Order: sequence, then C-alpha cells, then structure tokens
Amino acid sequence: MKEDAARRARGGPPVIEPGHTYASVTDKISSIVLARRTPLFWVLGFFVSFLVTMALLVAISYLLARGLGIWGINQPVEWAFDIINFVWWIGIGHAGTLISAILLLLRQEWRTSINRFAEAMTLFAVACAGLFPLLHLGRPWLAYWLLPYPNTMALWPQWRSPLVWDVFAVGTYATVSFLFWFVGMIPDLATLRDRARRKGFQIFYGMLAMGWRGSALHWHRYEMAYLLLAGLATPLVISVHTVVSFDFAVGIIPGWHSTIFPPYFVAGAIYAGFAMVLLLAIPLRKVYGLEDFITMRHLQNMAKVMLATGLVVGYGYVMEAFMAWYSANPYETYMITNRMRGPYAPVYWSLMLCNIVAPQFLWLKRVRGSPVALFVIAVIVSIGMWLERFVIVVTSLHRDFLPSSWGMYSPTLWDWTTFLGTIGLFLALMFLFIRFLPMISIFEMRTLVPQAGPLAMQPIPEKSVAGEEG
Amino acid sequence: MTAPAVVRPRLYGLLAEFERPEELVTAATRAREAGYRKMDAYTPFPIHGLSDAMGFRPTKLPLVVLAGGLIGCVSALAMMWYSTTIHYPLNVGGRPFASWPAFIPITFELTVLFASLSAVFGMLGMNGLPMPYHPVFNAPRFAFASRDRFFLCIEARDSKFDEDGVRTFLHGLGAREVVAVEE
Repeated sequence: MKEDAARRARGGPPVIEPGHTYASVTDKISSIVLARRTPLFWVLGFFVSFLVTMALLVAISYLLARGLGIWGINQPVEWAFDIINFVWWIGIGHAGTLISAILLLLRQEWRTSINRFAEAMTLFAVACAGLFPLLHLGRPWLAYWLLPYPNTMALWPQWRSPLVWDVFAVGTYATVSFLFWFVGMIPDLATLRDRARRKGFQIFYGMLAMGWRGSALHWHRYEMAYLLLAGLATPLVISVHTVVSFDFAVGIIPGWHSTIFPPYFVAGAIYAGFAMVLLLAIPLRKVYGLEDFITMRHLQNMAKVMLATGLVVGYGYVMEAFMAWYSANPYETYMITNRMRGPYAPVYWSLMLCNIVAPQFLWLKRVRGSPVALFVIAVIVSIGMWLERFVIVVTSLHRDFLPSSWGMYSPTLWDWTTFLGTIGLFLALMFLFIRFLPMISIFEMRTLVPQAGPLAMQPIPEKSVAGEEG
Repeated sequence: MTAPAVVRPRLYGLLAEFERPEELVTAATRAREAGYRKMDAYTPFPIHGLSDAMGFRPTKLPLVVLAGGLIGCVSALAMMWYSTTIHYPLNVGGRPFASWPAFIPITFELTVLFASLSAVFGMLGMNGLPMPYHPVFNAPRFAFASRDRFFLCIEARDSKFDEDGVRTFLHGLGAREVVAVEE
C-alpha cells in the first residue's frame, strides 16, 4: 500500500488498477483460457495466420524439392533473406528474456503482467529464426552435422567458426527460454487445473502442472530456481546477439568487420523486441479487456526503453559512417558511400527514417500516452529493424573489394513467401498460446494487488528484509 | 462369515484454512513454537517470511546449479581441447591447436545450458515433482490454495500429533476451517 502511494506521488499510472483482489485477478486471467466460447476474432485471426503458415509449408516443400536456386541468392550475395530474417527474428526474441530476466533482477515490478507473453513471443520468434539458417544449409536433413557427435568420418565441428558458435548460442537460448517460460508457468497451470470444469482441460493442465500444490517448501526452492535462471539468462541474452554479430564482425567484408557490432546488435535486438511486445500488447489488452493489468504505465515504460535503445542504435549508424571516413580505408569509405548513394540507397534512407526519426516522437509525453501512436511507431520500428539487416547483409556483400565481382540481389517470390510465412507461423503459435495458456502470470499478479500488502513477494527474495522479518 | 472390515484410510494430517497471508505466517510461527515440526503450508503465491516461520533451512539448489555449470564448462573445454589436439589435429594457417580464446563462446553457452538445466531439474527433483497424487488434494476446499486461500497442514507423522489436540490448536490460531486429510 505504501509503495503504491509512493508510486502515485511520483506520478504516472499504477501497474495494476485499484480494486483487484487475489480472486479477481485469478478469475479474470484464467477465464480467458477456460472460457467455453472461443471469441470470433480469435477464430478469424487463427484461421488467417494458419493459412499463411500453410504458405510457408508450400515454400519449404518447394525449396526441398528444387534447392536453393528458387531464392534470389547467388554470387556475390550468398546471404540475403535467410540471414536477414534470422537476425530479425532472433532480435525480436530478445525483449522477452530482457523483460523476464533483467527486469526481474532490477526489481522492476511492472514487468509482471507482460513477462509471460513476452517470453512466449521469444520462444516463437526463436523458432521462426531457427528455420532460416536450417533451410539455408541447402541440405537441411544433414543439419545434425553441426553438432559434435561421434561419426564415422571422425570429423568435428570447426570450433573457431562463429557459425558453429551460433548453433550453440541459439540452441542454448531456445532451451533456456523454454525452461524459463515453462517454470514460470507451473503455478499458473496448477491454478488452471483447479479452476477447469471440463475433464479434458483438467487432465491437460494437470499433466502440465506436474502436481504443483503451492507447498511453502516448494515455493522456497522454486523462487531460488527462478532467481538463478534469471541470473543465467541475463548474460545469455547478451551473448546470443553478440555471437550473431560475430557472424558478420569476424568476416572481412567492408561494413561487417567492425568492433561496434556486438553492442550495436544487442541494442538493436532490444529495440526490435520491445516494438514487437508493444505490437502484441496493445491489441491484446484491448480485445481481452486487460487494461487493468497491462496499464498505460507498461506501455509508457516500453516506449521509454524503445527510445533509449533507438538512440543507441542511432549512435551505431553514425559511428559506422564516422569510422568509414576516419579509417581512411578506401573500401570502408566506398561501402558507406555505396549505402547512401548506391543502388540500394532508398533502403538505407528508409532505414534512417524508420529507426532514427520515428522514435524521436517518443520524447513527447502525448505520444507515449497514446496506444494508437505507440502501435504505429512500433510497426515502423519493426520495419526499420528489418531494413537495417537488409542494409548490413546485402549492401555489404553486393559490392566488396573487386568491382569485377559486384552484383545485385533481388528477392524472389519464394523469398517473400518464406518470410511472410514465418510471420504467419509466429502469429498462429501466438494465437494458440493466448487461447490455451495463461498469457499473464497469475501468481505474480496476486502479489501486486493491494490486499497482498508487504508480505507478498516478487519472486526475488530480498535477503536483508527477510532476515529482519523472520 | 464376517463382512470384510471397512478399511478407513490413514490420516495424513489436519489442514487449516486461513484468509490472509499474515494469519498464516503467525499460525506457522506459533505452531513451530508449540513444537510441531512435520508441517507444510500451501499458498497461492510465495509469501515473505513464511520460510523462516516454517523453519526451512536455505535450499541447497545453488550448489546443484554451481555443479551443473562447472560440469558444462569443463566438458565443453575438454571436448574442444580433445578434438583439436588429440583426436583430429588440423593445422589451420599455423594457429595453435588449443586456441582457447576461440573456445570461449561455446564454453560459456554450455556452462549456461548445463547450469539452467540443473536449476530446473534440481528444483523439480528436490520438490519431488512430477507427483500426480498427493493427500492434500483430497481436502474439499484445497482448490482455493491456487486462488486466494492459505493453508497450514500439521501432519500425522509429527511426533507431537494427536488429532483432537491439533484440531483445537489450529482453531485457536483463528483458522476458518480445519479438515482431516486422509492418505
């Protein structure tokens, strides 16, 4: 209560609207999943995204039948949509881990109502991301060659290659994100098991909850496990995009070979990720009437994170241009001139417009207070981040050292189908998630209601305080 | 000749229901002071100070995670070192076989992976989950433990346990309801 008053005094909306109790929070969130009637917009939304997923399936089948020639890639641009989309998706995933792990360690309690679906978003984004390098292998059925396993060829992966590091980084990231998401959900699955009236649902949630009964001794260990996972996921999330940026930075191509890449990629990932969380949160809170839980405070805070990371990304762009000039390296200088005035200049300038100009509106309080404006900016930023990867991958590759080996890249219909198909897959998985699993952490929301008072605790034990009270 | 005796299930313990977390913490403290040791509380969210009131020792989970992390770290380094220096040494531009700086990313990732897996499976294992059946689920109002009620169970295996005494004791703590839980 005291904290709540203090928060009001500081100004800004609360993290949960007043008047909620343990019971109302529980019933409101679980009723979304346990409702007998599936809302019409869900059916329509799922149907459309499922159709798009089917298009992805067609694109993949055709790729497997015909080979990589159906894509626009060729010398000298051997990496294009597949790597652009891989980096784009994996970047989007980063906000989920950031919200669930880093903000937990920083004791940002506003994270509570958005962490669950942000984590789900991470998982689905990583799944979409993983598809691209896999398909780009040409012979995806040999993907297991990337793993160290005893084989008759007596061969090992090349440990010094960032592409092999990627396999380990993304594999670990996917696994840890899943564990974090699932562990966070166990108490809520128990809640759903206890609330479900239909036999099938009782069995389904009962199996998933694994017999969780809210025992104090279990909570005791659970909180420690959750805290440790957060502590492990924090350096992990930084390392994943760092390794992804090594894919480029370790190469010698002008525009790639740069030490600014790791921090600039990580900032870009958080930027893109928060844009995607806003894209999902704004419609979700509207259609499910969750404005009490996902309040304007959440949207405003996310807007501020977006503004801050957007500025870091902007600094990265400026530094790239500055270093190209300052290094006095003719290839670097040509790279930036080519980006600004070459055949792909419109892409470069759209990128600047989307990623540097658009977020400046977030300085205005009125813009941060308007869900519609935030939604529009989030769309622009998502497009901008995709263009950024296009600029990095394509404009660097298409004209490197030898003018005789220059070339152009343009995506084919199958490039687009695969890319849009993964958006469909992502949305279809998201729709399934919000229908069958609790999209807001129920047990953590209970700790936020005023009724809980000072005894309720965020899943991060405050050692000093606990000692005094015990 | 005689009808088979009706086997009454053994008593697991007495379950007291409270409405507020503060009441539960007080009740747990008082029960511990009264000398009860085999007891557990059931709550819809983690409660501050309850672990101390129940007298739990700090969990050993961090040690399990540390061990997992170390295993991940050492096995990653060992795998890369063995493959590049002993099993299949390959001279790439005269670089040292054991080029450890290049091994750091994978070592880091596998450390995190093993530590995370041990955190999750360690927690589940120590908690004895998955556990499809547990006697407390037999209590009629136990479903509220995952909504808005707080329960304290004093178990029959406690050396001080006697059914009537514990029942009176729990009522004396302000329990809204006390029910017998059968195994």
